[in-house]
Amino acid sequence: MPGSSPSPGRRTPRVDWRRGGGFFAAAGSLLLMSCKTAVMDPRGPVGAAEKAILLDSLCVMLAIVVPAIVGMLSFAWWFRSGNTRAKYLPTFAYSGRIELLTWSIPVLVILFLGGMAWVGSHDLDPTRPLKSTARPLEVQVVSLDWKWLFLYPDLGVASVNRLVVPVGTPIHFSLTSSSVMNSFFVPQLGSMIYTMNGMSNQLYLQADSSGVYAGRSAHFSGDGFSDMRFDVLAVAGGQFDGWIAAARSQGPVLDDVGYQRLARQSSNVAPFTYRAMSPGLYRRIVAQQLAPGAGPAGQPDSSVHPKQKA
Amino acid sequence: MLGKLSWAAFPFDQPIPLVTSVLVVLTMLGVLGLVVAKGWAPYLWREWITSVDHKRIGVMYIVLSQVMLLRGFSDALLMRSQQALAFHSAGYLPPEHYDQIFSAHGTIMIFFVAMTSMVGLMNFAVPLQLGIRDVAFPTLNSVSFWLTASGVLLVNISLVVGEFARTGWLPYPPLSELRYSPGVGVDYWLWALQISGVGTLLAGINLVTTILKMRAPGMTYLRMPMFCWTSLASNLLIVAAFPILTATSAMLLLDRYLGFHFFTNEAGGNVMMFMNLIWAWGHPEVYILVLPAFGVFSEVISTFSGKPLFGYRSMVMATMAICVLAFMVWLHHFFTMGAGGDVNGFFGIMTMVIAVPTGVKIFNWMFTLYGGRIRYETPVLWSIAFMVTFVIGGMTGVLLAVPPADFVLHNSLFLVAHFHNVVIGGVLFGAFAGYAYWFPKAFGFRLHDGWGKAAFWFWLVGFYVAFMPLYWLGFMGMTRRMQHYEVAEWRPWLMVAAAGAVLILIGIVCQVVQLIVSIRRRDQMRDLTGDPWDGRSLEWATASPPPAFNFAVLPQVRGQETYWDIKSNAVRSGALESEPGYEAIEAPRNSPTGFVCAFFATVTGFALSWHIWWMVALGLLGAFATFVVFAWRDRVELEIPVERIAEVDRANRSARLAALPQYAGNAG
Repeated sequence: MPGSSPSPGRRTPRVDWRRGGGFFAAAGSLLLMSCKTAVMDPRGPVGAAEKAILLDSLCVMLAIVVPAIVGMLSFAWWFRSGNTRAKYLPTFAYSGRIELLTWSIPVLVILFLGGMAWVGSHDLDPTRPLKSTARPLEVQVVSLDWKWLFLYPDLGVASVNRLVVPVGTPIHFSLTSSSVMNSFFVPQLGSMIYTMNGMSNQLYLQADSSGVYAGRSAHFSGDGFSDMRFDVLAVAGGQFDGWIAAARSQGPVLDDVGYQRLARQSSNVAPFTYRAMSPGLYRRIVAQQLAPGAGPAGQPDSSVHPKQKA
Repeated sequence: MLGKLSWAAFPFDQPIPLVTSVLVVLTMLGVLGLVVAKGWAPYLWREWITSVDHKRIGVMYIVLSQVMLLRGFSDALLMRSQQALAFHSAGYLPPEHYDQIFSAHGTIMIFFVAMTSMVGLMNFAVPLQLGIRDVAFPTLNSVSFWLTASGVLLVNISLVVGEFARTGWLPYPPLSELRYSPGVGVDYWLWALQISGVGTLLAGINLVTTILKMRAPGMTYLRMPMFCWTSLASNLLIVAAFPILTATSAMLLLDRYLGFHFFTNEAGGNVMMFMNLIWAWGHPEVYILVLPAFGVFSEVISTFSGKPLFGYRSMVMATMAICVLAFMVWLHHFFTMGAGGDVNGFFGIMTMVIAVPTGVKIFNWMFTLYGGRIRYETPVLWSIAFMVTFVIGGMTGVLLAVPPADFVLHNSLFLVAHFHNVVIGGVLFGAFAGYAYWFPKAFGFRLHDGWGKAAFWFWLVGFYVAFMPLYWLGFMGMTRRMQHYEVAEWRPWLMVAAAGAVLILIGIVCQVVQLIVSIRRRDQMRDLTGDPWDGRSLEWATASPPPAFNFAVLPQVRGQETYWDIKSNAVRSGALESEPGYEAIEAPRNSPTGFVCAFFATVTGFALSWHIWWMVALGLLGAFATFVVFAWRDRVELEIPVERIAEVDRANRSARLAALPQYAGNAG
């Protein structure tokens, strides 16, 4: 399993690959090449907790899976027909003790993992506020065809394809979609969640160190899907205030007409900000007072064949 | 006149689809031409196309699955090469084409490769193992097969005429609604699956009835071979789950054709309902596929170890537990929809609970190997590779069942690696094991061993090289279905995965060569006894290939391994049981009903996709007329004369008597 060892990222303890000999040196250099391991290199409490649960469950299962694989391979090898030293037991087809073992081992493992799953899915429920002294920052997320719109309702600005957040502050996301489903996902911060039209989902995340984290849609949403990515800029509090001030001083205003223009299909849109937005925009998108995105309508003959789309 | 159909539907200005289309059409014309030129058409019509013999239908299912494996795998090669190239560039497949390719790949691999190979093996082997002459409804069986073929045809027509769905292998709304997918692609998907889905449901009803009502005298439930048990569980799941697929597709069709609002954004439609419904079918579907494969492995491991299956009753319980639990886990496909801790926790635990009976099965196979005398023929290689691979896939599956872990792995390449790990390692390896195991039964000669082992090793190594990097890419945050990407660190792993796909390609080439070599050298590899593997269950008690009536006299079942007991007695006494009294047998007549019905179904499906309403009426009328003609038929059965039966059985008996000494070593 390539994923079982934590990668030598900046924040994880370094592994000395040289000690393992040639194979590990080769494997290690491949891993070093790919030090950007996202999920294994979390930068926030949610991602860190999820990584811990992931590795714990993996270890619990490896403890039973590895002996099982060794067992089946050694049985298969030892009892090959050419091996005269192996005992042939042509009628051995039942043993109460072994049956007890074969049922109880998986049951015990699953009891343990099931407990972890139950506790974990409550502790890391996306709607559960994070423990923090700081007041959460409200961010509203709208997935569009094919870009991301981030609204800062308390600060009155909006941003397309770039999310800027202060380090160390919990972010309370409300998420919806203007048209088709997408999934909001910043691997290094943790949990993903679906965005759906006419519905609002909730998610708490937090960045603990400053940096640029890649975010993208994890749910296929049509031809422009591959470009549905955004950068998360986690910056210190002062810098965040500076960014808000700069955003307020430039860019267009996001009103209903502007939103509907933005909602039209387009991809690879360079990040930009809105200096202001009409109040209650997110609520009206969720309540479908603003019509869902129009899709490919209006393009020539797209109902016949995709080639006409260009 | 022709609805939405016009010249614009043909890809004249796109080189890749155009060349592919031309090649496919030329190949089909070439095959047809060969059939006509060689004068094979009457033989094919008489012996195969109109056949209602479960063995022939089973073989046709397998042929269909292998042809579709080639199609689905070429899609896989396109995707792997596209992703290896498309770093900071558009690659060579534009999104509107790439999206069709991954949608077609998933649809074809699940519905027309995995599904058809499993239904084919069940069709072929279950009646033989039960010691009976056919399934409960032979003509319906033919209808089932040809309706599946009709779905296959529609999906492949979409390659040439129009487009296929660009919405993934399951068309999630609202993307699949008319507003966001106005093309014919989703309609092709829906009608192909409606038609083949009816075929699958009928096949399920047929096999459930057969197993419950038609076993040989004395074969109580707990004397059935394990493959029959897993087939029963699988077909019960088909009967319970496929109507959900049909209903869900019907709702999406109503949305798209008649302006309903089941799953639209507007007017109270709800996409979450689609996700729940489709996975209420979709998760049982996973077990529909893998349970028969479990049965194949049980048969193969026990046969080649020279031992009965360890813990038979435990295995039966585990199988039926999986059958029931399969319906209680569907929500794990969308933990990230925001259902809350209680719901996610419950479905996470239920999912893990399925790992218990599955784990029991793995241990029982291990202890079947224990104390055995394992002969390393190709089927057993697939089975041991399955055990190791499936344990890894199962482990990553349980990992995904932990909701917080799923929150960072869902829809990533980790998920893609997981389900390929269980579907290839479980279902496909099972299909290959079953193919090698029952091939001599179906055709009377073995498959070439060397080419089979070469194919095995290329497949196995290719699988690990192609899919282990995908697990790692999932940890690196790469999501599925990406046409291009900009993260440099992903690229080396995608190159490795592409190399793995090439290894699998070599494996597939070996399989094709194996078949050709085996057919050419069939006389050297002929098996006259009907029992080439020193088998234990009833399919080995009759000749290879079995006569149309399977058994001259229905076997009397006295224990769990009746054929093994008969053989042991014969070896001990040095003689066969005395010749039974033969009687004439009533057999069902061949019927073109299935073929004709599927022809009209294809016409209807095509016409509905393109809104050609007069053709829809024609197709439906034709299908109804076919039914009427079949219902009013005069002659239902034909009688196989007693002389013919005696002749076939005596030939087999003398071959078996001559071969008795070679079994002497193994008779317990």
